[in-house]
Amino acid sequence: MAFQPQDIFFRSSAPVTVDADKCIADKGCTVCVDVCPMDLLAIDPATQKAFMAFDECWYCMPCEKDCPTGAVKVEIPYLLR
Amino acid sequence: MTDFPTLEREYDIVVIGGGTAGPMAAIKAKEHNRELKVLLLDKANVKRSGAISMGMDGLNNAVVPGHATPEQYTREITVANDGIVNQAAVMAYAQNSFTTLEQLDRWGVKFEKDETGDYAVKKVHHMGAYVLPMPEGHDIKKVLYRQLKRSRIEITNRVIATRLLLGADGAVSGVMGFDCRTAAFHLIKAKAVILCCGAAGRLGLPSSGYLMGTYENPTNAGDGYAMAYHAGAELANLECFQINPLIKDYNGPACAYVTGPLGGYTANNKGERFIECDYWSGQMMWEFHQELESGNGPVFLKLNHLAEETIQTIETILHSNERPSRGQFHAGRGTDYRQQMVEMHISEIGFCSGHSASGVWVNEHAETSVKGLYAAGDMAAVPHNYMLGAFTYGAFAGANAAAFVAGREHATVDERQVAAERARVYAPMLREHGLPAAQVEYKLRRMVNDYLQPPKVTRKMEIGLQRFGEIATDIEHIKAHNPHELMRALEVSVIRDCAEMAARASLFRTESRWGLYHHRVDYPQRNDAEWFCHTHLYKAEDGTMASRKVPVEPYVVALAANELTAYDRLRVAPGHAA
Repeated sequence: MAFQPQDIFFRSSAPVTVDADKCIADKGCTVCVDVCPMDLLAIDPATQKAFMAFDECWYCMPCEKDCPTGAVKVEIPYLLR
Repeated sequence: MTDFPTLEREYDIVVIGGGTAGPMAAIKAKEHNRELKVLLLDKANVKRSGAISMGMDGLNNAVVPGHATPEQYTREITVANDGIVNQAAVMAYAQNSFTTLEQLDRWGVKFEKDETGDYAVKKVHHMGAYVLPMPEGHDIKKVLYRQLKRSRIEITNRVIATRLLLGADGAVSGVMGFDCRTAAFHLIKAKAVILCCGAAGRLGLPSSGYLMGTYENPTNAGDGYAMAYHAGAELANLECFQINPLIKDYNGPACAYVTGPLGGYTANNKGERFIECDYWSGQMMWEFHQELESGNGPVFLKLNHLAEETIQTIETILHSNERPSRGQFHAGRGTDYRQQMVEMHISEIGFCSGHSASGVWVNEHAETSVKGLYAAGDMAAVPHNYMLGAFTYGAFAGANAAAFVAGREHATVDERQVAAERARVYAPMLREHGLPAAQVEYKLRRMVNDYLQPPKVTRKMEIGLQRFGEIATDIEHIKAHNPHELMRALEVSVIRDCAEMAARASLFRTESRWGLYHHRVDYPQRNDAEWFCHTHLYKAEDGTMASRKVPVEPYVVALAANELTAYDRLRVAPGHAA
């Protein structure tokens, strides 16, 4: 058996978090997903709520500021905190 | 590759980048001729894209009648950029910037005015007064978006433009790119293209080591520089890097322009002022660097001597505009402007003509050296052009592109160019295994720091070039698992192109100029006899990167002998500390 390439993932703590009780993505809202310049947020198909899918945050704040229900919180990424 | 459909469209004009210059270009093109089909393309979403996604706290270069004249401004920028400017291009901005300002005012952008209704211009530059605060500037993207809708500009978001199409006559004939969510290929025919892709802001690695902790919006990876280069456009004075004084780790602007008129200033560890003028120039950055590395370092923004009301005003402006997470950062570090000075540091390197002078060459009509290709904003080489310059040159580009396309037909699409680009774009998706884009980017940008961060050393830059060559091979081994990763993979190749440009441009100019921006340790002196010229970088016939000297255009505004050296005298004289 030859050596096979293997992917390994390292964990990160998402700096952008969403309060699922306040998030109205299940009602069709996509504001935070739309405004993120880096395209980091997505709607979870299972829960129908927004979540951070990629850890490349510029802590610029449109997702938090433009959310109509105050469901998004941006924290400064740990490496800069 | 049948999995990736190609979507074909046709427009008279395609504007790439919907940040600052782009929306203005699209609106002005349409204003010039209502019948034109204009597309505004953005890799993010025009609502919140670009350098001013969260607004801006002021104009850095307003030429307001009664406060400054176009001649005076042109003189100031000529001196601030060590004489290497096309004055006609700077003058064109200066003469039209007030029209732009009034246009923005009519649209609803709020500028600070005094009790008589006059614009409240402040002095921050060394010689003249050009800074106009916008304490409520956080709405600027909303204002622009409203105007885009009113002008019925078609918008396509989340499409990454990767290469320009060229016609048989060498003129631009379209744009190619892909959707970062579906990976669909976009082939857009155009009679003219306007590049408004912002700075090359992901060139150096921030000292935090965090890839996306850049000064610039990290979407601005240098896409416009790479596209222009591969289309055969010339790039000017790239060795005049962008390096900014920033809040350490947070890496956002300390905003001496906002705090300066209110009594704040840049200080050393003794709380003493060491530069006479906080306006960002290469000379200012040189003094900043010297102080940072000395026993008086590090450098701070000093506000703790100011009155409570003043500090509250500063907090209101700085924590709601441009980089509003700044307040949260300070709170996390226990920094209160009333008590502590704010620790500052030097940014990673980048290309940006909005702040320095490194950009795609344009003339006073926003035309690049490629027919039918225009550029505006941070990526277009009009020195120190800032936000108002982006709007003004965006307007030039829009109007001139509209005139250019009149009576022009679409060129036939060269299928070989399309096939080659499709193959290049999708290669990372089709590989079975491979390197993650983020790691290749990290290594590349760490090497940019190791070998290109000024003070520049010849041998180090030569080693850097060799490493960037090796990274080109690594890029051939990147694996993308989804369209988002594909976007990052393609950005790595843009950053690599910019890194090579930065090294070659820096090696070509064998002198020191622009303070820290191009300080070469082994050529420490400015050499006007041989290097009082622009340098242009371009793709040679054989596909390699070449550089040439271009004479500085005759000045349209004469300079007095003592003015020429005004920015050389930025350090506070000993015994005169504030």
